[in-house]
Amino acid sequence: MRFDPDNAPPRVAPGRVAYVNARLIDPASGLDTPGALLTDGESIVDFGPRLFNDPDLFENTVPEGIEVVDCQGLCLTPGLVDIRVQLREPGEEYKETLLTAGRAATAGGVTTMVCLPNTQPVIDDVSVVEYVARRARKIGLAKVYAYAAITKQLEGKELAEIGLLAEAGALAFTDGVKAVADSKVMLRAMSYAATFDQLIVQHAEDPSLASGGAMNSSETAARLGLTGILPEAEIVMVERDVRLAARTGARLHFAHLSTGEALDVVRKAKARGLPITCDTAPFYFALNETAVGDYRTFAKLSPPLRAEADRQAVVAALADGTIDAIASDHAPQDQDAKRVPFAQAACGGVGLESLLPVSLELYHNGFLTLPRLLNLLSAAPAKLLALGAGRLAKGAPADLMLFDPESGWKFETDRLLSKSKNSPFDGRPVQGRVARTVIDGRTVFHHQPAA
Amino acid sequence: MTAEAAILPFPHRHLLGIEGLSPLEIGHLLDQSETYVEVNRQAEKAKSSLLGRTIVNLFFENSTRTRTSFELAAKRLEGDVINMSVATSSVKKGETLIDTAMTLNAMHPDVLVVRHPDSGAVKLLSEKVNCAVINAGDGSHEHPTQALLDALTIRRRKGRIAGLTIAICGDIVHSRVARSNIHLLTTMGARVRIVAPRTLLPTAADRFGVEVFTDMREGLDGCDIIMMLRLQTERMHGNFFPSIREYFKFFGLDYEKVALAKPDALIMHPGPMNRGVEIDSDVADDFGRSAIREQVEMGVAVRMAVLQILAANLPSTDPRNL
Repeated sequence: MRFDPDNAPPRVAPGRVAYVNARLIDPASGLDTPGALLTDGESIVDFGPRLFNDPDLFENTVPEGIEVVDCQGLCLTPGLVDIRVQLREPGEEYKETLLTAGRAATAGGVTTMVCLPNTQPVIDDVSVVEYVARRARKIGLAKVYAYAAITKQLEGKELAEIGLLAEAGALAFTDGVKAVADSKVMLRAMSYAATFDQLIVQHAEDPSLASGGAMNSSETAARLGLTGILPEAEIVMVERDVRLAARTGARLHFAHLSTGEALDVVRKAKARGLPITCDTAPFYFALNETAVGDYRTFAKLSPPLRAEADRQAVVAALADGTIDAIASDHAPQDQDAKRVPFAQAACGGVGLESLLPVSLELYHNGFLTLPRLLNLLSAAPAKLLALGAGRLAKGAPADLMLFDPESGWKFETDRLLSKSKNSPFDGRPVQGRVARTVIDGRTVFHHQPAA
Repeated sequence: MTAEAAILPFPHRHLLGIEGLSPLEIGHLLDQSETYVEVNRQAEKAKSSLLGRTIVNLFFENSTRTRTSFELAAKRLEGDVINMSVATSSVKKGETLIDTAMTLNAMHPDVLVVRHPDSGAVKLLSEKVNCAVINAGDGSHEHPTQALLDALTIRRRKGRIAGLTIAICGDIVHSRVARSNIHLLTTMGARVRIVAPRTLLPTAADRFGVEVFTDMREGLDGCDIIMMLRLQTERMHGNFFPSIREYFKFFGLDYEKVALAKPDALIMHPGPMNRGVEIDSDVADDFGRSAIREQVEMGVAVRMAVLQILAANLPSTDPRNL
């Protein structure tokens, strides 16, 4: 039966639920211990190794009236906070909707997502911020927050109403998949945003250097006969914006960085004490330009997949803390947009459902501990955008993910819940799977392994 | 400087700006202005201190109130006034400005009152003439008579300037009124705050001896004077703020924001006002708190005093005749 969020029955407030026999991981505090967690209604009430497990008591049982979930030793951790997704609603519902993205998110363990303003209409007006929030609330899956545009209609010319949009609930400001190219507009945007202590998020790619390009500028591109995008398109934009941020005092965040040299610039800016942060997406630490292979349009991304040395630099920057967060960079594209010659294909890949298993490669390959990896996926991005999510704490919202970090499976795009299936990870063997996703105390996703 | 000049209370040929004037000199200008306030309130206003003097109002930029105010001031002192409005589009900078100055100078005026859209243009002109020059506003640089009339308004309402907390709010970066007021009020011992979105704050704003705020609620907290500025859209090239409604919400003066200042805080605006942009109509027209009309009245008195003092400072023989 078709789910109609406008006529959905009222949600029943969950009672008390005890998650026992879990490995509790709270990335914010570094807690990693066997234990149990108790939720009441929409909040976490208690958790810890001794909850329902007091060695001084003869019998350790959960009291009557509390629903019990046996976690079977799996990891119970805050739900993922994905700070870069394109949800396509309103305007391009044939690619994705808040409902299908909500389902994909919960299947991927994502309990909070922050969407880009490149919808139709553009999120450059208070009414659209409110529309997205209200609609997502009705659907009741992953929580949705919005970025609002830096410039009206994302045109890079006139400032959007940053003060009013922030008051309406926009978490930060970005022109989405477009960079603010004009230096003076960016200077003013940073200066104006700093007035309201708002964060500016930049897609760091000089459009004049990148124009016409289809993939990373390299030998591969030359052999394939595709126009390349130089790594400098990213590097010069990051360098410029670091200088503008230093001048204006603005807080600045670079989205999905993909090159080693741009990350060096961020590393140095941080060492100078500038309030500059960045994220990357799994594409950029799990794939390189060879994924384009035989003109695979699912591997056409923006920024493009880079050289192997850049991929390794991204991994190193994740390990040394230069990169503050991992976001899925979920960019649904319909088949017509991808079933065309490579140069004409739309950029982007879906990412909500591959975010956890692909990111876990960093843990399995020994680059990050499990708590540190989970921090990059939940607590750290939540902190960047001043969200209360991403932590196990008494009174915190019961947004949880139960997952098995070891379980091996094959990532297949035809099983995706996302409306669009354009993942460059199709067919990839992965390790780690979401077993259950809980939002505001309600189980919204439950994976039943085949018996 | 001659021995005679040394004892003058205002030993300057021109009034090009407030920056650099001493508290005593400013005090003298204000005291002299004060005497003209009373003169202007009598039916018989004419004094003959400018009798036989020629004052030329040379305006390279549109103005109604400042030009009228100078014209009235000169006429009340029985000076001969000529108004010259030069359309900016027909005047090229540099040489043409100097040519205009030389031409006028050859006609032996006594005082030139000059407004120009470019900062520094009035000073350049003053270097080429033998008469006294009053800066009636140069670009985003200074507007000294406006600052004097604001100071006179404050002094008459509050009895003093020193020790008052004065918040200058709005388009600081483009405002000559703000610059002249900052110099004057800090020189006279007031605590000056400037309040604006960062895009409308000048570079190194903190080097002006003021406190800088980007939030009206903090900037107006407990202040004695709220001085609003006009948004100078004609000087804006590009994006300084997104929309009028956003500007008014965060930086426009309404009663909610007025309530943060002291209960007896005075509201000022140099005019012309953009109602509903930087100031709410009801606030602007609030008879008890708004000093906006009084500022206009003080303008005439201040300009009479400045004209009279500068005319008196002129040498009795024109050096060109020697």
